[in-house]
Amino acid sequence: MSVFIIRRLMQSGIVVLVMSVLVFFGVNVIGDPVDMLINPEADQEDIEATIRALGLDRPIHEQYWYFLVNALKGDLGKSFIFGEPALKLILQRMPATLELAFAALIMSVVVGIPLGVYAGLKPDSWASKSIMAGSILGFSLPTFWVGLMMIMLFAVMLGWLPSTGRGDTVPLLGVPVSFFTWDGLSHLLMPALNLALLKMSLAIRLTRAGVREAIHQDYIKFARAKGLRTARIIRVHLMKNILIPVTTVMGLEFGNLIAFSLVTETVFAWPGMGKLIIDSINNLDRPVVVAYLMITVLLFVLINLVVDILYSVLDPRVRLQDIKA
Amino acid sequence: MTASLDERLVGTPEPGREPAAGGGTEGVQTPFRRFASDFLEDRIATGALVVLLALVFIALTAPWISPTDPYDLAKVDVMDGKLAPGETSFDGSVTFWLGTDGAGRDLLSAMFYGLRTSIGVGIMSGLIALIVGTAVGLTSAYYGGRVDTLIMRFVDLQLSFPAILVALMLVTILGKGVDKIIIALVIVQWAYYARTVRASALVERRREYVEAATCLALPPRRILFRHLLPNCLPPLIVVGTVETARAIALEATLSFLGVGLPVTEPSLGLLIANGFEYMLSGKYWISFFPGIALLITIVSINLVGDRLRDVLNPRLER
Repeated sequence: MSVFIIRRLMQSGIVVLVMSVLVFFGVNVIGDPVDMLINPEADQEDIEATIRALGLDRPIHEQYWYFLVNALKGDLGKSFIFGEPALKLILQRMPATLELAFAALIMSVVVGIPLGVYAGLKPDSWASKSIMAGSILGFSLPTFWVGLMMIMLFAVMLGWLPSTGRGDTVPLLGVPVSFFTWDGLSHLLMPALNLALLKMSLAIRLTRAGVREAIHQDYIKFARAKGLRTARIIRVHLMKNILIPVTTVMGLEFGNLIAFSLVTETVFAWPGMGKLIIDSINNLDRPVVVAYLMITVLLFVLINLVVDILYSVLDPRVRLQDIKA
Repeated sequence: MTASLDERLVGTPEPGREPAAGGGTEGVQTPFRRFASDFLEDRIATGALVVLLALVFIALTAPWISPTDPYDLAKVDVMDGKLAPGETSFDGSVTFWLGTDGAGRDLLSAMFYGLRTSIGVGIMSGLIALIVGTAVGLTSAYYGGRVDTLIMRFVDLQLSFPAILVALMLVTILGKGVDKIIIALVIVQWAYYARTVRASALVERRREYVEAATCLALPPRRILFRHLLPNCLPPLIVVGTVETARAIALEATLSFLGVGLPVTEPSLGLLIANGFEYMLSGKYWISFFPGIALLITIVSINLVGDRLRDVLNPRLER
């Protein structure tokens, strides 16, 4: 077991290192931030002073070495635009993104699973067919366009919900959250629903497939033969067996939600990391772009590592196969 | 070309399947006819195919069938900006059936051109990714061992990151431009094709006909391309349609975010982004109609892909 974990840890380390090379060299080849950042009226001396201050006069491999050494110390460089540490900027915006992704996850599970169970129990009914058609739409509709249409309908035409931004927040353990104020919730509802649509469709399809499969199993037939009420069979016998795989998959999708939140955040002007990265790309604010990409790479490598280790604990075949290979 | 391709892939002997018990068409039952009549049995899929062909036709002929040239600056008048659908132009010469955008361009014409860019980028990237992915997947499956392990590790690694993140990373590195977006989409997609081809090639490799070909001492190239590849095509075609739809959606998303195609090559995503600023003042059509066009494109490709999956899968009882 420890051999497996050590191997996986080393692999993850290599992945992060390779990605850091790709990201840093890639991002630093594009555009010349000097042109963008320096006041056109500045004289030559000012320009050179700024270049030195930003470290742009060094050869690129030297810049990378400093980046790597500093990154290990937790310093990912200063934003050209804000003049603040990039890591701090991202961490400041992370709670907003996590909140959005979390709300979307809850929403997709709470809505998706019951709909999926219904569609699985009554596959031929009119409502089930609508649910399944809706889930196909959920997969096909581009997230950003749905977001725009939601703003148009609920904010511009009906005026029920605020169109953009984040509402009032209340600090919870030092982190601002919008779950406890009406204003915060009303701002959160639309973006969260927008982000949730894709995962909701996924939850519906997974649950339906699970129900369709489980309903023909012997233990369900036996429960029926015992004369249990249908509601009890569904709640106790069916749900218990379906929920495990569905929740596992949905949990794994959390990382995906964080990545996709950058689209939703841009549409709804939600002040999270996703909006920061898009703004930074357009402003050629390289340290922030590099820091964001490195943090997300790290996040995903960690998620994958945890999943791999969990799987190998649950299913010993995985790690045996790996050691052999 | 397409006909012969389809003929070959459906014409391969499939054990346990009766040779065409009459699919409604008269005359000789060629494999392609059987495939076509199987496909057309489903009315929704047939409708989707017709819509898709119409969209491709519009994309191909956009410069000739558009009511106006939306990118001819001499003909576009700012006075016509933000007109609602159905209004006529300032000088009364043109009717804008779907309205105009902020710069006074006819939205319908802009959508035709946008469709051209969107579908073009989607198909180009899908095709290149298919070729790259197939080559890698076949190599991986045929040689096995270390090559296979190495390639598949890499594929798994890439697929463990969400497509949008990989794409964003690539466009940040590569910059804007049609060629660069296509490169980025190819890099995002090739791994899906490689995995699909490898999976089916591994199954096919163990079949008797490959063994027979090996016994005949045919060169590996011939076995790969004439024996393995045709039998791996059905799942590849299905993945190809789905991935093309995803590529179109991803390109639209990137363009909407302002990191995709440049303003000079407006795709549907960019048209939607342009309408964003006018939406809060109730001018919905600038974003609405290009979005509908995008939606119809993606849904029809997905429906056709779904049907192809059913028709091409001999294991599925119909």
